[in-house]
Amino acid sequence: MPIINVENLGKVYPVAIKSPGIKGTIRHFFHRTYRNIEAVKQVSFAIEPGEIVGFLGPNGAGKTTTLKMLTGLIHPSSGTVAVAGHRPFNRDAQFLRNITLVMGQKQQLIWDLPALDSLKINAAVYDLSDAEARQRIGELAEMLSIQDQLKQPVRKLSLGERMKAEMLAALLHRPQVLFLDEPTLGLDINAQVAVRSFLKDYNERYGATVLLTSHYMADITALCDRVLVIHQGSLIYDGLLDGLLDRFAPYREVSVEFARHQTINAATLAPYGDLQSLEGCKATFLVRTGKLTDTVSKLLNHLSVQDLTIAEPPIEDVIGKVFQTGSLK
Amino acid sequence: MTLRSLRIVRTFLSVYYAYMVEYRAELIFWVLSGSFPLIFLGLWNQAAQSNDLGFTPAQFAQYFLAVFLARQFTVVWVIWDFEKEVVQGTLSPLLLQPIDPVWRHFFGHVAERFTRLPFVLLLVGLFCLLYPEAIWIPTPYACFWGIVSLILAFCLRFLIQYTFAMLAFWVERANAIEQFWFLFYTFLSGLVAPLTLFPDAVREFALWTPFPYLIYFPASLLVGLPVDLPRGLITMASWGLLAFIINRKLWRLGLKHYSGMGA
Repeated sequence: MPIINVENLGKVYPVAIKSPGIKGTIRHFFHRTYRNIEAVKQVSFAIEPGEIVGFLGPNGAGKTTTLKMLTGLIHPSSGTVAVAGHRPFNRDAQFLRNITLVMGQKQQLIWDLPALDSLKINAAVYDLSDAEARQRIGELAEMLSIQDQLKQPVRKLSLGERMKAEMLAALLHRPQVLFLDEPTLGLDINAQVAVRSFLKDYNERYGATVLLTSHYMADITALCDRVLVIHQGSLIYDGLLDGLLDRFAPYREVSVEFARHQTINAATLAPYGDLQSLEGCKATFLVRTGKLTDTVSKLLNHLSVQDLTIAEPPIEDVIGKVFQTGSLK
Repeated sequence: MTLRSLRIVRTFLSVYYAYMVEYRAELIFWVLSGSFPLIFLGLWNQAAQSNDLGFTPAQFAQYFLAVFLARQFTVVWVIWDFEKEVVQGTLSPLLLQPIDPVWRHFFGHVAERFTRLPFVLLLVGLFCLLYPEAIWIPTPYACFWGIVSLILAFCLRFLIQYTFAMLAFWVERANAIEQFWFLFYTFLSGLVAPLTLFPDAVREFALWTPFPYLIYFPASLLVGLPVDLPRGLITMASWGLLAFIINRKLWRLGLKHYSGMGA
């Protein structure tokens, strides 16, 4: 039975429209006009307990709005949402104990105090005994390698340390459903890797369900088998990450280094595929997966090849194309 | 009150006390910025020496010292904090916890009273050195009802301002209404003059509003000026109940309207 079930979810925002300049300002003062923005349109999906699902989309696609509706922060305009058996916008205490939302750009820790003080508040609010709170803080701090920083004022922590401390605070009550909105935003590579491995570890250890948005594809490829792609408010893909590549990028990148004695130019290479680059005796083609074996055989038979590699196109490029075209056709 | 609630209260108080102590230097200035009544004392003292106002200079000194204390212990800033949380979207993480965000604000204010206390006592000591005639020993009755009314005045002031703060869900600068409200507060609360010096009609009108119960009422009880205690308590409770009902209604409507801006 799905732990998250979303059917025909929609959200419409009224947004005030103002023309630039003094005339526009005066008109806006006396007579405000609004335009309805459909931020989320007819979105449906279901997530099973324990799944880690990536939620992808360009800026303004409706990811954060959807997450806010799933956590009960905003009311949907249409459709139904059920998370862990609750309607989120009722904000039942039991529901709130089962979920968490980590936002890369927002903090819940008290800025001028050590993170431990904020954790003390969370422990009291979530009714954890002192011993239980100590044990969980110790365990999570170890998983996040942040034991020594919890006694320093939050404002003195580096961005990566602060994000880890935020994550610790958000997970102290051991929620079963994690909504993560850009949890690695602005972090350096090492901190990103640490956060990713922590999330993987948390998911395995507690069987938690994770819905994750990120602009870093490395987060998605490291953590998620399944992705949801949203574009202009509509869900345009729900399936395996590999399936996304197969459907939207049914080609491979073939890189070839030819022997130096040959004369190689664009005309020579045109029959073998879509030439992407040619520098000296090195060339890169895009070849449709169905014709891959045939093309490579022809290349090896007709030309003198020193080296040949076949690679999947970079996931960033694929996702970028999906966002640009807004379709998977 | 359950054990969990007690633990939450204790934790909020201890953490927010630590938080306020971080601002100890700023606290001195906040305390000094509330010394408005002491300036009025100088003015009224002069007036009392040349006219018969029904108050001796010593009574004025005692009254304004009590007003100073009432101001110090009823100062509230929740509207600025709440407005920031709504506009910047930082209310969102607080809404995801199984406790109403108001308690953080409320106990933050209560904890601040304890941090403020030493500075207030220091200023009172200094004031008593300058105006030895202001020293008075309150009766146990004055002490008890003075403190009770001070606590109620703080709760009422907090509740009213927090109700105005709910408007932040619809307008970007809800504190504008607090500033407008402060105009009436300044003149009708007894901050600039004891209500007994007001014309009868104005005083009677003021006594139906919440303003005198925020300053004049607790200050008068502390210094032993005659006040109608039952009427005062009933009026405070009535305004408190009204503010509470409006507050809860606006909270529910506001949450529906809240879009978690910037979150």
